[in-house]
Amino acid sequence: MSNKEKSSKKKSASKAPVESLVIGSAIYKTNLTAKFKNRELWQKPDEKKIEAIIPGTIQKIMAKEGDEVSAGTPLLILEAMKMRNEVLSPVNGVVMKIHVSEGEMVSKAHLLIEMD
Amino acid sequence: MSSNKKVQELKKRRKEVEQGGGEKAIQKQVAMGKLTARERIIKLLDEGSFNEYDMFVEHEARDFGMDRKKLQGDGVITGTGTIGGRPVCIYAQDFTVAGGSLGFMHARKITKIMDHSLKMRMPLIGINDSGGARIQEGVNSLAGYGEIFFRNTLASGVIPQISVILGPCAGGAVYSPALTDFVFVVDSISKMFITGPEVIKTVLGEDISMEELGGAKVHSEITGNAHFFAESEDECFDQIKSLLSYLPWSNTDVPARKEVLEPLEKFNISEIVPTDKRQPYDVRNVIRAVTDGSDFFEIQENWAANMVIGFGTMNGRTVGFVANQPLVLAGVLDVDSSCKAGRFIRYCDAFNIPIVTFVDLPGYLPGVDQEHAGVIRHGAKVLYAYSEATVPKITVIIRKAYGGGYIAMNSRHLRADFVLAWPDAEVAVMGPEGAANIIFRKEIATAEDPDQMRAQKVQEYKEKFANPYVAAAKGYIDSVIEPWETRKSLLHALDVSGGKSVGMPMKKHGIPPF
Repeated sequence: MSNKEKSSKKKSASKAPVESLVIGSAIYKTNLTAKFKNRELWQKPDEKKIEAIIPGTIQKIMAKEGDEVSAGTPLLILEAMKMRNEVLSPVNGVVMKIHVSEGEMVSKAHLLIEMD
Repeated sequence: MSSNKKVQELKKRRKEVEQGGGEKAIQKQVAMGKLTARERIIKLLDEGSFNEYDMFVEHEARDFGMDRKKLQGDGVITGTGTIGGRPVCIYAQDFTVAGGSLGFMHARKITKIMDHSLKMRMPLIGINDSGGARIQEGVNSLAGYGEIFFRNTLASGVIPQISVILGPCAGGAVYSPALTDFVFVVDSISKMFITGPEVIKTVLGEDISMEELGGAKVHSEITGNAHFFAESEDECFDQIKSLLSYLPWSNTDVPARKEVLEPLEKFNISEIVPTDKRQPYDVRNVIRAVTDGSDFFEIQENWAANMVIGFGTMNGRTVGFVANQPLVLAGVLDVDSSCKAGRFIRYCDAFNIPIVTFVDLPGYLPGVDQEHAGVIRHGAKVLYAYSEATVPKITVIIRKAYGGGYIAMNSRHLRADFVLAWPDAEVAVMGPEGAANIIFRKEIATAEDPDQMRAQKVQEYKEKFANPYVAAAKGYIDSVIEPWETRKSLLHALDVSGGKSVGMPMKKHGIPPF
């Protein structure tokens, strides 16, 4: 097992702890993992900011800035995974800003439209 | 006696097959830093033990000019051999033959050896190195994958199944390794993903390399899809041999007994664990302090390192160890560590390997990301696996055993056979700090000096509840032992559990929180 011990020495888990973690009001000295440190912190979603739910291409934009729309009105078509997905307005309001143009490729959570 | 001419003919045919995809393709394989499929089999098996099957199988594809193409062995080598003198079934995809692509007959060779390993109750080792489905064979190639996955599932929990990723393994092909028990990867050689970088780039616009997407490090540190990481193919083969030395050949067999040794003196169990409960230590040293020869064969060392799992031997017999690791994330239970422990417990149970659990955890990891990642469902896997397991189950509480974590970590309530605790153990609903804040909220808030009052109440709580004797008084802990008595007590517990026989209600199968 000598190679086991050797390999465990050079890997992250064995490093002397320099970090700490609070659980149930107690502070523990411990190592944090990269996955833990890189975790995304939660943010309250803003329903007036419409983001791409899936990566894809903006195929068509029906809405214009300044349009007054009701909840459920189709604003644009996001083509993804061979499907033409209609993106609907989640609220009654005014289309304030359109952040994309037709033919643009967007990644997941890309800001598409801001409503007011 | 065969005529000389016929023997020559056989020799010629064998030689052709052994050359695989030919000199050029072999050179390419070597240039990629890889061994050939045949070299891999020969290195992994005991010397001279390989017995090849289906050498002369040929594909039957007719379309796209395939009828004029001869593919040696149809791109896969299959057969039987021995490792450590015990028989195994093995197959290795040959990347030099049409990129190791999987066609119908290629799959038939694999399923034939799989059927053999299940029928004869011996481990199956699959070496994956393939560009994927052979597109020219269309749906027949998909049928081939499906037949393999089905057999992986049938054999699951009956014979050990090992997948070795020594090249690309992409698309549907990844599901065979995912269905097997242990996945081995090698740095800069192994690549596993459902959709490759090119597809991701054209469809999604995300630019990532193969290595960053599904390389050996990614799968052994981030995804947890791999169980063993090696720097080279040779190291990987050594790991496979070590792993097999702990395993029984089937679910009705017992592991081969190893030499009985005392733990090494440098692992002095009384000096490993600090009394201050917030100070970390490496729990693997506690395991090494109780196993024969201080041997501990760790599984998934670099993924969810807050939970340690692996095999060691005690009195020559294989034991599965599960332990919270205070050195990483204070040893908390979270989504990944729950999945890691849950699956390992079920593995040990399926193959009649007793489980020893070392407990030292502050509880579950708090956080929105954990809750939203489904820590309820995943955390439940640990409870399910322990409750369901009927192999001998022994628990040692080292320091902290709080709340849900205490219950989950093989408590008496989930039918542990023996629960031992060190004198420093604290079995309570939560840590003294948190508990005092809740129970004495009023006293603390109204005190002249709240901090001093809090400290006083924490101390009171500690004295009253932060010890093993409250739980021992109820019989939830069987004995409180000094640290140096741990190996002796474990050996005794294992000795008297040999005839364990408990039943479960009749059912087709349970519905674990997958």
